[in-house]
Amino acid sequence: MLKILKYSFYDLMRSRWSYVYFLFYLLLGFVLLFLNNDVNKAVITLMNIIIVLTPLIGTIFGVMYYYNSKEFTELLLAQPINRHKIFMGQYLGISLSLTLSLVLGLGIPFVLYGLFKSAAIFNFGLLLVVGSFLNFIFVALSYNIALSTENKIKGFGYAILMWLLLAVIYDGAFLISLVLFDEYPLDKFSLIATMFNPIDLSRILILLKLDISALLGYTGAVFRKFFGTNLGMVLSMTILVLWVLIPVFRMNLKLKKKDF
Amino acid sequence: MIEFRNLHKRFGKLVVLDGLDLNIKKGGIFAVLGPNGSGKTTLIKCLLGMVIPQTGEIFYKGKSVLNKWDYRNDLNYLPQIANFPPNLTVLELIQMVKNLRPKESNERELIDLFGLNDSLQKKLGNLSGGTKQKVNIVLTFMFDSDLIILDEPTTGLDPIALIHLKELIQKENAKGKTILITTHIMSVVEELANEIVFLLDGKIYFKGSIDALKKQTENENLEHAIANLISKQYA
Repeated sequence: MLKILKYSFYDLMRSRWSYVYFLFYLLLGFVLLFLNNDVNKAVITLMNIIIVLTPLIGTIFGVMYYYNSKEFTELLLAQPINRHKIFMGQYLGISLSLTLSLVLGLGIPFVLYGLFKSAAIFNFGLLLVVGSFLNFIFVALSYNIALSTENKIKGFGYAILMWLLLAVIYDGAFLISLVLFDEYPLDKFSLIATMFNPIDLSRILILLKLDISALLGYTGAVFRKFFGTNLGMVLSMTILVLWVLIPVFRMNLKLKKKDF
Repeated sequence: MIEFRNLHKRFGKLVVLDGLDLNIKKGGIFAVLGPNGSGKTTLIKCLLGMVIPQTGEIFYKGKSVLNKWDYRNDLNYLPQIANFPPNLTVLELIQMVKNLRPKESNERELIDLFGLNDSLQKKLGNLSGGTKQKVNIVLTFMFDSDLIILDEPTTGLDPIALIHLKELIQKENAKGKTILITTHIMSVVEELANEIVFLLDGKIYFKGSIDALKKQTENENLEHAIANLISKQYA
């Protein structure tokens, strides 16, 4: 598996898109720091971007890599390697190279700006951790979609739809339901509804840490009240880990019966 | 050496293999023929574990291969379409495949044979279709295995490469290896094959030597003999 990972990783690190992605984050980091002139504020702005963008990029890279390397995967499948290892290697290769682009692209400007002397280092670190989780989650989800969809165009369509659903539509539906059921106790509902969406969960995780959870209204108050900041964080992290493990598990299940 | 027992495979409603039984002995060149969509590639992919049959058993060297993977170390496979990761160079790809198989390899000789020395440092994405196929052939033949499976090996090759490929196949055959070829080019079959396996409607319709086939169809020309077999499907 490590060998496949290594080659997938190299292959991706050498493609133009990894650099574009890296340079984008690099530029974003410098511009935000220049405009805000404050690490803490830059972290909040970054969060809003990362939380929407990393899932999108992860989704697109995941499906693109799967369909583009289909024939090569067939070559690997004819080698004496367990097929689970091939796909796990590819999955980790994509996720790691995207994570590297994110961490280096944002890390360099912030370090140059004097991150290590700033109090925001923990918040910034958390931002990178959450961004990495989102990479791993959405690459896994998009791999699931690609494995289940033979047709490339359809696969792309479903993957984008999945992203749109989790990044935009879910929030809309969530808000509408909060307004509609205003008269009922909604704390438990909002809490559970948040956990079913990794993007929402990541957002809340960072906001909790940034001590501006009052802005969140319902969910922030509920999260703080029930879990306290530390316990809430452990719980959210656990759920993020589950968001990685469950799609990966389903991927392996699907692989058992898949024809190539 | 290879045994397929009562193999069934359908994709959705389409039945591709319908209770296929086939026994292939060690040594010799076997041409797997049949009209388009007759299940040649599916049969091969079942043997490779890439397609999972609904029912049936496949044995390689007396051992069942379903859900196993280590037996693949003892066979070489040339896929139909050669498409490699575009950002790796030819040399890196060869190194990678070598890395994946704990086995001796003689890629140098093959690289010289197919004149790939100038392309070694080029990225695979920049190679022409024929050159990719040559790389594909090098990857297939560089290991010493008892079974070699070639799916449409002649695609995109220039005449010189084709001659080299035929010689290579003959050479491996002389070492006592078993070679399975699928192709639509009858001259290749006539030149190389010891035995023909003809697939139709998901079953083995004919298995035997070229002469036996000619006799059975009362046709002196192989191309017409095969056409004769295929036309029965349309009738």
